[in-house]
Amino acid sequence: MTSVTHTVEHKKISEVSPTRKLVMGIAELFIAMVILFGFVLNSTPGDLTRFVMTPGGIDVGAMGDWVIPTRPTLIALTVVTVAIGIFQLVKGFGRATNGMVGLSGLFLIFGFLTWQAGGTSVNLAGMLASAVLLAVPITLGAFSGVLSERAGVVNIAIEGMMLMGSMIGALVGSITNSTWIGLAGAILSGLILSWIHAVLSIKYKINQIISGTVINIFSAGMTAFISQKYLQTNQALNNPPLFPRIPIPGLANIPLLGPIFFNTNVFVYLMFILLVVIQVALFSTRWGLRTRSVGEHPRAADTLGINVTRTRYVAVLLSGLVAGLAGAFFTLGSVGRFNEGMTAGKGFIGLAAMIFGNWRPLGAIGAGFLFGFADAIGSKLSLLGSAIPPQIMATAPYLITMIVLAGFIGKGDMPAADGEPYEEE
Amino acid sequence: MTPILELKGITKQFPGVLANDHINLTLHKGEILALLGENGAGKSTLMNILYGLYQPDEGEIFINGEKSMVTSPTDAIDAGIGMVHQHFMLIPVFTVAENVMLGEESVKYGNFLNRDDAAKKILEIGNQFNLPVNPSDMVRDLPVGVQQKVEIIKLLYREAEILIFDEPTAVLTPQEADELFKIMRSLVEQGKSIIFITHKLREVLDVADRIMVIRQGAVVGETTPDEADKNSLAAMMVGREVSLVVEKEEKVPGEVILSIDDLVVADKFQNIVVDHVSLEVHAGEIVGIAGVQGNGQTELVEAITGLRKSSEGQITLMGEDVTRATPRQITELGSAHVPEDRQADGLVLPFPIAENLVLCTYYKEPFSKGVVLQYETILDHAKQLISDFDIRTPSALTPVSNLSGGNQQKVIIARELSRPIQFLMASQPTRGLDVGSIEYIHKRIVQKRNDGCAVLLVSPELDEIMELSDRIAVMYRGNILAVVKRSAVTKEEVGLMMAGIMPESDFKPKEKHVVERTF
Repeated sequence: MTSVTHTVEHKKISEVSPTRKLVMGIAELFIAMVILFGFVLNSTPGDLTRFVMTPGGIDVGAMGDWVIPTRPTLIALTVVTVAIGIFQLVKGFGRATNGMVGLSGLFLIFGFLTWQAGGTSVNLAGMLASAVLLAVPITLGAFSGVLSERAGVVNIAIEGMMLMGSMIGALVGSITNSTWIGLAGAILSGLILSWIHAVLSIKYKINQIISGTVINIFSAGMTAFISQKYLQTNQALNNPPLFPRIPIPGLANIPLLGPIFFNTNVFVYLMFILLVVIQVALFSTRWGLRTRSVGEHPRAADTLGINVTRTRYVAVLLSGLVAGLAGAFFTLGSVGRFNEGMTAGKGFIGLAAMIFGNWRPLGAIGAGFLFGFADAIGSKLSLLGSAIPPQIMATAPYLITMIVLAGFIGKGDMPAADGEPYEEE
Repeated sequence: MTPILELKGITKQFPGVLANDHINLTLHKGEILALLGENGAGKSTLMNILYGLYQPDEGEIFINGEKSMVTSPTDAIDAGIGMVHQHFMLIPVFTVAENVMLGEESVKYGNFLNRDDAAKKILEIGNQFNLPVNPSDMVRDLPVGVQQKVEIIKLLYREAEILIFDEPTAVLTPQEADELFKIMRSLVEQGKSIIFITHKLREVLDVADRIMVIRQGAVVGETTPDEADKNSLAAMMVGREVSLVVEKEEKVPGEVILSIDDLVVADKFQNIVVDHVSLEVHAGEIVGIAGVQGNGQTELVEAITGLRKSSEGQITLMGEDVTRATPRQITELGSAHVPEDRQADGLVLPFPIAENLVLCTYYKEPFSKGVVLQYETILDHAKQLISDFDIRTPSALTPVSNLSGGNQQKVIIARELSRPIQFLMASQPTRGLDVGSIEYIHKRIVQKRNDGCAVLLVSPELDEIMELSDRIAVMYRGNILAVVKRSAVTKEEVGLMMAGIMPESDFKPKEKHVVERTF
């Protein structure tokens, strides 16, 4: 008998569906029109835009300002975006379609900033620096989600774990007057909550969304109670020390990058360390292979002698640890006191970043920066006295989240057994 | 000589069923023992006990003459037992090397994966046992036959001596199955021992050294391929005489019912998987589409039944253009669909039988009046069909998820064939079913054809195609290579065409028959 083992190679209709090609082209032209009618025509001829390239309060790694003519820059942006849109409609970018839409979006943001700062100046470096800080809790939340969901447990409780972590961090930090002990307390609280999530969803096989929601509600209520009852009545309990800015010798002197990445908070450094650690651990170690196998096909892992339950417990506990760390950032790394509900949905946006990043640490940090940047623009522009109401600007990150999730991601590479309790036979 | 494996008095009781009733089994080194039995006879339970997934209520396991406790897959692996599961235990998004080493990883520097080392071992095993695979391929990109090789390599990587194959051919094409049997032969020649679980008679006779037949949890006999034949095995398995040949009267086909013209269909990745296909099905004939799975049959069926949009071409059903019609419009024209995956597309598993039986008609009189379902009518209807189609169930309100595969399929057959239909789209109607159910479903399909219904049958089982069809269309890589009269071809010729080989010099259309070639 002839043996047939061929991988069939198919003819393709096209890389990108015709509808998608059309929609993306129109979107790009629409962006070009917004730049033209919104910014070019409303700009004053002869104006200059000044971008300050050194964040405020920094003396190392300073850099000169970047001055560009407002109107010509905007016209150039319009022309390039129109060209992209027309090329997309006529020929299409194939694989690069998403990237080109992203580029147009970037042009829109840049055009907006140029227009807003026409005749005056905006601190671009300061904005980027604050974007990095705003990205920290989102990215750490996304890492937390990656750890747990890669093992097949949906952790929607990240928000609650972060909130609890921020409160405990402030409380323990204030009592001990130590940032590091406060941080340890925050991490411990994340661990405990994730242990509850693990017991409920792995051992008792309760629906993971419900178990997570319960923890979120518990955290919101508990932190509010402790805050009102103790932290507000006794300010000494809500006055933790802050982690100082630590410049990294040498690197901190690099213009632009130095002040943003190398002269900052310990949480930023931890975020980058975790990026490397999680990436390597998940994809290059025995532990990672087993963890991912449990998230993809627990029965297969079980038949090979892998303890599915234990593997999932470890993953969920690690997820809680990182979520606790993310929570500590709010009180010990950023604000210096605990306010009710101060995580403000960052845990959920972290989950969105995890999905946007396709359940990969590198993707998660990329998405984290995107969302952080959107946040930074929102807060910066309300300071600039923009014509757009600050409340509308504040919705920008959420709008971007929705557009990104609905339009670009589709299903992604979600772990196949994500959210499914494992029943042993 | 001490047998390599001995099971003594294995008994396993599940609520309401005695799955294994004092089963004794002996396996010698270097032999293939076939475990034959219908679905639900207790074969898989027995093997799951051996593999440590279930614990027996009674009985003992001896490996190499020593009493062994197998309480988990880890124990089984340590004892040299490996199992190729019916549904592959592979992770689609992992590479071959990652799948093989999972649980038994090659590592360096303590905890870091050593993919190169694993790949080297896999290639060595591949050479030794003639299992060529590329360790760095992603499993999801591999054809099913190759995936199975990966499963076998997994066992050999763990140095398993006793290999259990649980219904290994259920997902394979005839060619792939033949190749698997060669592999199994070469494995036993190199000293491995195999237990081969199946309900397919041909395979048992082809490959086994010894045959053990199980019925209702108990061993009912032991034989060898030399002493047995298909009929005697079928009778042992089912417990009564079974007719393996479908009786079919000659019939002159009537008018064209389904006409497919130059149809192009793409899958979800925009690959063209049905490539300018044309085909006609007449009233009173069964046209069988033969082909290795994954050659576009699934998408063709979905296009015909309105579940998938075609990009070019036309589909005409009973004179109406249904190219853009919805499944309901197509159903209401008088067409029936037995889908390929009964659990995913044919039934609503948690719903009771009675509701599943009216899924196509619930919104019409007499099953509903206005917006209100008429439960009494629905129940009476269900009771009628349950007795007409011999569905074995405690009641009409039992959820279909509780039924065996054969009875689930009967529910679909009952729902689809009890309606007045002129066209039946049957996609793998007997997939995974036992001999008794297959016999029954074949009879029903032929009966519909005799009543003048046009039937389009898709099946990767060549035997089924050869037995039922009046005409055979061979599908290969999205094309229909040939449409031939059943009586004009042999099974071997169709088998070759399924592999894309057109028999040329010695296969001229036999004098009186015409081979229509449609491109």
